[in-house]
Amino acid sequence: MHETQHSPIRRWGAFAGLLAATVFFLAPLVWMVSTSFKPESQAASESLRLLPDPPGDAPRIAAENYRAVWTDDSINFPLYLRNTLIVALLSVVGMVLSSAVVAYGFARPAWRLRGPLFTVVLATMMIPFPVLMTPLFVLFSKFGWIGTLKPLWVPAWFGAAFNIFLLRQFYMGIPKELDEAARIDGCGHWGIFWRIILPLSRPALAVVALFHFMYVWNDFLAPMVFIVNRDNFTLALGLQLYQSKAGNTPWNLLMAASTLVAAPVLILFMATQRTFIRGLSTGAGKE
Amino acid sequence: MKGGLRRELIGLAWVGPWIIGFLAFMLVPALMSLRSSLSDDPLLQAPLWVGMDNYARLLTDEVFHKALLNTFIYAGAAIPLSVLLAVVLASLLNTRGLRWKRFFEAAVFVPTLAPLVASSMVWMWVLNGRYGLLNAALSVVGIDGPNWLLEKGWAMAALVLIALWGVGQAVILCVAALKEVPEQLYEAADLDGMGPVRAFIHITLPMISPVVLFNTIAMLIGAFQVFVVPFVLFQKDKGGPDKSAYFYTSYLYDNAFVFGQMGYASAMAWVQMLIILALTGLLFLASRRLVFYRAG
Repeated sequence: MHETQHSPIRRWGAFAGLLAATVFFLAPLVWMVSTSFKPESQAASESLRLLPDPPGDAPRIAAENYRAVWTDDSINFPLYLRNTLIVALLSVVGMVLSSAVVAYGFARPAWRLRGPLFTVVLATMMIPFPVLMTPLFVLFSKFGWIGTLKPLWVPAWFGAAFNIFLLRQFYMGIPKELDEAARIDGCGHWGIFWRIILPLSRPALAVVALFHFMYVWNDFLAPMVFIVNRDNFTLALGLQLYQSKAGNTPWNLLMAASTLVAAPVLILFMATQRTFIRGLSTGAGKE
Repeated sequence: MKGGLRRELIGLAWVGPWIIGFLAFMLVPALMSLRSSLSDDPLLQAPLWVGMDNYARLLTDEVFHKALLNTFIYAGAAIPLSVLLAVVLASLLNTRGLRWKRFFEAAVFVPTLAPLVASSMVWMWVLNGRYGLLNAALSVVGIDGPNWLLEKGWAMAALVLIALWGVGQAVILCVAALKEVPEQLYEAADLDGMGPVRAFIHITLPMISPVVLFNTIAMLIGAFQVFVVPFVLFQKDKGGPDKSAYFYTSYLYDNAFVFGQMGYASAMAWVQMLIILALTGLLFLASRRLVFYRAG
């Protein structure tokens, strides 16, 4: 009975409902891209056209708009892209390595403090960032990190609660018999971790890397608090500056800039949809 | 005993990186913040002990009251609507034999991925009173849309709409939970002559209630920290029309980094944390009767 489909009424009703929902969810993004293809004179108009008039002009106008954003004198988008990539790389590597190691400590060796400490790990997910942001600013300035990119990536090398939780759940699903076999072969904890757990956890590690990359790429509040120097801006900060600075930047250029910043994560998601959704679903339901 | 100690040390060594990070980037800052909240603490200058003054000031600060009230209104509207929308969309997605399922799943989820600054700017454009997509669409059906971001009540409505737009993550979690509901339950209900609506209320809802609770708590924590979207949307007239979109974290941020009152901001941060903890606790209590956990 498992494979039976729902009745046609239910199937078509659901289809129609989801189609309407899709318009709501996608229209703003479609409109963003569409506006970036239009000349300034047509962007601000009450018409609902998706392409400029005449439509054949779209590639030329798009090229002009995107070039105007990329080479704008007052905003250094190429530099902000470089900063974002540096932060993302250092931060993702640190997050995956540290969370993988810490999760092992919470999954395999048996020790008494394990349970209580893991509860603390989970509890830290409840701490709102605003509680920490002002003292962290003071702390980072004592470290001499304000004016550098360090506040954005060094903390990632100490793991994060959600990722530790996700990996621990995954490790728990790996049969303990494999550990035993490795132990008989003379492996200690490090050997088990390195030869058994890590290779088998590649899908989960990929999910952590993916989530964290997106988090870093999109993060706005932490860069806004900790980055004071315009040369250290990330893309998210740069985009906000681009909008607020000029005040009346034309909408077609603002939407081109938004598309530039949003496109990489959206494309990355489409390329990894299956991994992504599976990872998200493992994280939940097992609280 | 020696073996026991050795085992604890091995465990601690593995989780060591997290412990160091927890001490350095959470516990120490939290203690600093607690001390700061009891001081007159101008940014990067020596603090002066003032006891509970900062907390007392919250009681009489009208801007604080306004920001707090706005935050409650926002949370009160956005959370129930989002939770409901997530369950509805997830149920539709869970239809067996549904066409384009993966496409729909992606469409619902994609908005949560766009960087908040970018999507805020997009919404600013969509909600533009004159050239915005939303009002253009409304005029097609003969409705003369409001000036969303410039009128008092509508600014809040716009923010709730944007919150609903970001419901994707909750939907995916609900879909995962729905897949776990055993088919036999529905078959049994069918044999008992239970209609689809009653089956939804008596089987589906209880079975996915842990995930609904999880979604509610995650949204609560998020809604009480709302900052980026109103910050970008109301860049020019700060806080929106008549400060109707000025939120808790907006005021906290301004106190810390614009007015340079770290002590006052820290007091606000602790009160914020207590509010979130209290509401989460209440939710857990209220959910005891409502949430159903499967054995095993």
